[in-house]
Amino acid sequence: MQVTMNVNGEEVSREIEGRLLLVHFLRDHLRLTGTHWGCDTSNCGTCVVWLDGEPVKSCTVLAAMAGGHEVRTVEGMEKDGELDAVQKGFVECHGLQCGFCTPGMMMTARALLDRNPDPSEQEIREAISGQICRCTGYATIVRSIRWAAAEEAGTRTTATEASAS
Amino acid sequence: MTTTVPADGHRTAFVDNDQKPCGHGRMLRKEDPRFVRGRGRYVDDLQLPGMLHLAILRSPLAHARLVSVDTSLAEAHPKVRLVVTGAMLAEKGLAWMPTLSGDVQAVLATDKVRFQGQEVAFVVAEDRYAARDALELIDVEYEPLDPVIDVRTALAPDAPVIRDDLEGKRDNHCFDWETGDAVETDAVFARADVVVKEDIVYPRVHPAPMETCGAVADYDAVDGKLTLWSTTQAPHAHRTLYAIVAGLPEHKIRVVSPDIGGGFGNKVPIYPGYVCAIVGSLLTGKPVKWMEDRSENLITTGFARDYIMRGEIAATREGKILAVRTHVLADHGAFNGTAAPVKYPAGFFGVFTGSYDIEAAYCRMTAAYTNKAPGGVAYACSFRITEAVYLIERIVDCLAYELGMDPVELRMQNLIRPEQFPYRTKTGWVYDSGNYAPTMELATQLAGYAELRAEQAEKRARGELMGIGVSFFTEAVGAGPRKDMDILGLGMADGCELRVHPTGKAVVRLSVQSQGQGHETTFAQIVAEELGIPPQDIEVVHGDTDQTPFGLGTYGSRSTPVSGAAAALVARKVRDKARLIASSMLEVSVADLEWEKGSFQVAGDPKASVTIQDIAMRAHGAGDLPDGVEGGLEAQICYNPENLTYPHGAYICVVDIDPGTAKVTVRRFVAVDDCGTRINPMIIEGQVHGGLTDGVGMALMEMIAFDEDGNCLSGSLMDYLIPTSLEVPDWETGFTVTPSPHHPIGAKGVGESATVGSPPAIVNAVVDALKPFGVRHADMPLTPSRVWEAMQGRPTPPI
Amino acid sequence: MQVPAPFEYQRVHSVDEAIALLDRLGDTARLVAGGHSLIPMMKLRLANFEYLIDINELHDQLGYIRVEPGLIRIGAMTRHRELLESDELAAAFPIFRDAERVIADPVVRNRGTLGGSLCQADPSEDLSAVCTTLGASCVVQGLDGERVVPMEDFHQGPYETAVGDAEMLTEVRFPVRPGGSSAYEKVERRAGDWAVVSAGAAVWLDGGSITDARVGLAAVGPNTAGIPGIADVMRGRPPGEELYARAGDIAAEACSPATDRRGSAEYKRHLARELTVRVLRRAVARAGRQEA
Repeated sequence: MQVTMNVNGEEVSREIEGRLLLVHFLRDHLRLTGTHWGCDTSNCGTCVVWLDGEPVKSCTVLAAMAGGHEVRTVEGMEKDGELDAVQKGFVECHGLQCGFCTPGMMMTARALLDRNPDPSEQEIREAISGQICRCTGYATIVRSIRWAAAEEAGTRTTATEASAS
Repeated sequence: MTTTVPADGHRTAFVDNDQKPCGHGRMLRKEDPRFVRGRGRYVDDLQLPGMLHLAILRSPLAHARLVSVDTSLAEAHPKVRLVVTGAMLAEKGLAWMPTLSGDVQAVLATDKVRFQGQEVAFVVAEDRYAARDALELIDVEYEPLDPVIDVRTALAPDAPVIRDDLEGKRDNHCFDWETGDAVETDAVFARADVVVKEDIVYPRVHPAPMETCGAVADYDAVDGKLTLWSTTQAPHAHRTLYAIVAGLPEHKIRVVSPDIGGGFGNKVPIYPGYVCAIVGSLLTGKPVKWMEDRSENLITTGFARDYIMRGEIAATREGKILAVRTHVLADHGAFNGTAAPVKYPAGFFGVFTGSYDIEAAYCRMTAAYTNKAPGGVAYACSFRITEAVYLIERIVDCLAYELGMDPVELRMQNLIRPEQFPYRTKTGWVYDSGNYAPTMELATQLAGYAELRAEQAEKRARGELMGIGVSFFTEAVGAGPRKDMDILGLGMADGCELRVHPTGKAVVRLSVQSQGQGHETTFAQIVAEELGIPPQDIEVVHGDTDQTPFGLGTYGSRSTPVSGAAAALVARKVRDKARLIASSMLEVSVADLEWEKGSFQVAGDPKASVTIQDIAMRAHGAGDLPDGVEGGLEAQICYNPENLTYPHGAYICVVDIDPGTAKVTVRRFVAVDDCGTRINPMIIEGQVHGGLTDGVGMALMEMIAFDEDGNCLSGSLMDYLIPTSLEVPDWETGFTVTPSPHHPIGAKGVGESATVGSPPAIVNAVVDALKPFGVRHADMPLTPSRVWEAMQGRPTPPI
Repeated sequence: MQVPAPFEYQRVHSVDEAIALLDRLGDTARLVAGGHSLIPMMKLRLANFEYLIDINELHDQLGYIRVEPGLIRIGAMTRHRELLESDELAAAFPIFRDAERVIADPVVRNRGTLGGSLCQADPSEDLSAVCTTLGASCVVQGLDGERVVPMEDFHQGPYETAVGDAEMLTEVRFPVRPGGSSAYEKVERRAGDWAVVSAGAAVWLDGGSITDARVGLAAVGPNTAGIPGIADVMRGRPPGEELYARAGDIAAEACSPATDRRGSAEYKRHLARELTVRVLRRAVARAGRQEA
């Protein structure tokens, strides 16, 4: 079957099998290998991408189900050569080691901050609780997301002042 | 020298490159820019033209005779290119391969299957979906045999023999091993005031890195060259073994270990799947990819632990520990796939005397085969030190319970004293350095230990269950030296090459391989510290046997102790040569030169100086060099460690238990680590955090379980539970610094310290919380149900 | 990663279209909503279908929470996150927010649906226990229109429901009576795990005495189960610890847990008692606050 969807702002169309999983569509067909997979049972969360603006586990969504919808992956986070605050936060606060869970974690973090720009530590822990990191022990991931929130709060303040003056 | 420094506060400023330290210190990781963009390069990211996909058919039974394997339907599948059975491999002499312990393991079963999930056949197809589909078209007939699942009965005279492939094998005995002095230890036990005995089980667990194991094999028939991209922590050792197994010339094999999504020991062994991928490429002439799924990873690849230990401790009534004695029954699964130095079948379990100055010790171990997956050393265990530390730290707490003593006080009273180092233990290990008491004191101070005990007393009075657990550990990491330690005859030493380019930029090539530990940063910092070249100007090359010197790889926390030393020494070698060139550039004698990080200057005349960059240009440029000095600025070394390094640490865990549901919450965890000289504190802290989380996993939820037929009950991440962000607290860390005297920069290695040290702290905390119920010991994993059973007075072993 | 066996993918845009397709394809077809139970089972090849009918486009039609006098109607395609975040729902039935906080994980909750949860009919499934507790009824639509099935009849064994081959669950209805409140509690080995045991309670008070009480348990029998005996004991009595304890004993007595990796049968029976007490206590406290 033919499937067409918008991935990171670009319309893509491919001939696929109905059973193809979205994670394989992204990785094998579009070669967007930043999205990973780590289990068979939607427990690990290394495959998290956005579907119509919501984080979903792309190992448990058929590519066909995403047809006509919008998908965003880690490759779509950087804008005009500028890293997203979440990406910067993960670098700054050592929020990653092997880097395997990182794209999924960052996609969830970005969605969280879009809805809640100033999340508490507990809110962050809840938001990422469906995603396993075997390296960091999570504390630095929490710090990374807090860093991004603070960074963006700072940016917004500056922007507000600039527009006021 | 020991200095005690409290933990860093967390900085939140974004550090620019030019603010980074030139050498040791907190520095952001050089590898991160690619990872946060989703541009890591993991094995499964690789797509080669014409690449085929391999899937493995595995045994559903734990023990059965293979009657027939019919592949005709699978071969008829339109997308299938190749189907291979054990019989076909046997014709080529490839059906069996050596394990890292000198046993053999079937690549594909020929006679029997010996554990559930064992490899029986493989399919190579045009895509991964078709390969998976074709597995269902293979018809295998099995004749079921009685499985041996409980290691306690494996050595019974009537037990079915698992390894009848071994000539003359009539039982399931794997090996016996002992250490220490039995007679002396018995004598000390006989005169002790107090003897405490406890049966302690360390259940089978699994490293389960987020990336599973896999490989892409690409055999070029024209060149006769095999390139294997694989998830390996030890690319050089693997290459040599492939040369031996497959009969390919070693110079025609290139093993590439690209970015690795976590290893923790899981990626040390050679798995049949890697060999299948190689065979698949040899037979099809195409690149062949094999990536195991999560079930395959959990059910078949290197497990860890599985020790049933009887611990005994002898002490005076005042709490002076006199001796430790233990008997261990070790379950090694169907093949002895332990990855440990050859002379150490029980790994470094011999350090079970822990951090205490005692009079005698003895251990006797029996290992047996069972119908379970092979493995035995994995999951950040420092070659079985996890088990050893758990044993001693648990039994010391049992002693504290019996004596009615505070567990910190009991430990403080028995720790090896600073003036006793280097300290030779009763089992023959020479601890290089340590200053234990300040580490313990810092931990109690950070935790507010006295206040915690007061809080606990109040809560107990109200019927609330709060526990405080303590552990103190000494690790032994950085194997070799090569005279004592080898893996299948390969000495445990590591090479390093350093080349400074004419413009003063450098490349350092390592034999070890990162699985997330940040080698591209740490090793650049080690060289930077020695040469004064900024770390961002130093490229770290690793994980490619064509581009790096020989060495044994990354496991057992050995990268910094071994390759870190190699990197420092190779940089010093370059510096020595630079000094000769500087002396001719400045026209003074070598003796008149002083090294200031990054430049040589004339003693007493600091303005007369040349930088390492100036020297690099001179080394490659026009003009004369001093007599006997060759052009270029590079060096190489193979570092053979003089001894292991012995990091230590003190951990304190605080738990709360819901009295109604028996659910354990880890409220706080304080970890004070001493890994000697600290190269990048940020990376060290990260290593510790990860290990502590492993500890929560093992103590509270992780276990590979089997039913009586040998079916693995933990074959998915739905059943094999790994902690999420909600089960772990915000870690509180501190450190002390006791450099290693024999390591060139005094560093000790820290990758596994927390995995080793944290399980006993957590279990001790849970048991402490259960004191009102008269509980002295309860085995991991301490799930709510198992804690509740302990509260009912019937704590049960997990196996 | 494991992958499903081949099947034909069909997307539908209306309930009628879905039912017509189901009618044509019979038991070779299965509806997929969030897919977070079904697709993993298909990947592990524990379930195989020739056709998979994607009803996610029906979210616009069947994703709703409608509060009416005496009744709340929730569309089958309402996602967990919508149930979690609905203040109106939490005001009427706090049990929903209690439960949704501990169902799977936030990312799965973005996708999973009420209808999918009920139709999976897993004995450990939390929303089924919530619906049991609240005395919900399920609207099942077929070729000849809709029928309403009470929760007690909806589940017919583990992974079996009253929904026929050419039918689909479209809505779940919850009767709202004054003076009531509810609560839910789950014991899990780890966040995101299925319940070791969970319990829901709904109580109704009038002038200091209990007029009705319902308790639903998950993971202690072939299906999530209501415990009718509890209402008999509690009706007409003032709430209190002694009464909760009696209710807990009835729950422990009535359930039939099995020993597995999540826990021993004895422990689960203990939890049935303990959690019943806790949720009754909390539901009564909430109802009391409403009354006051």
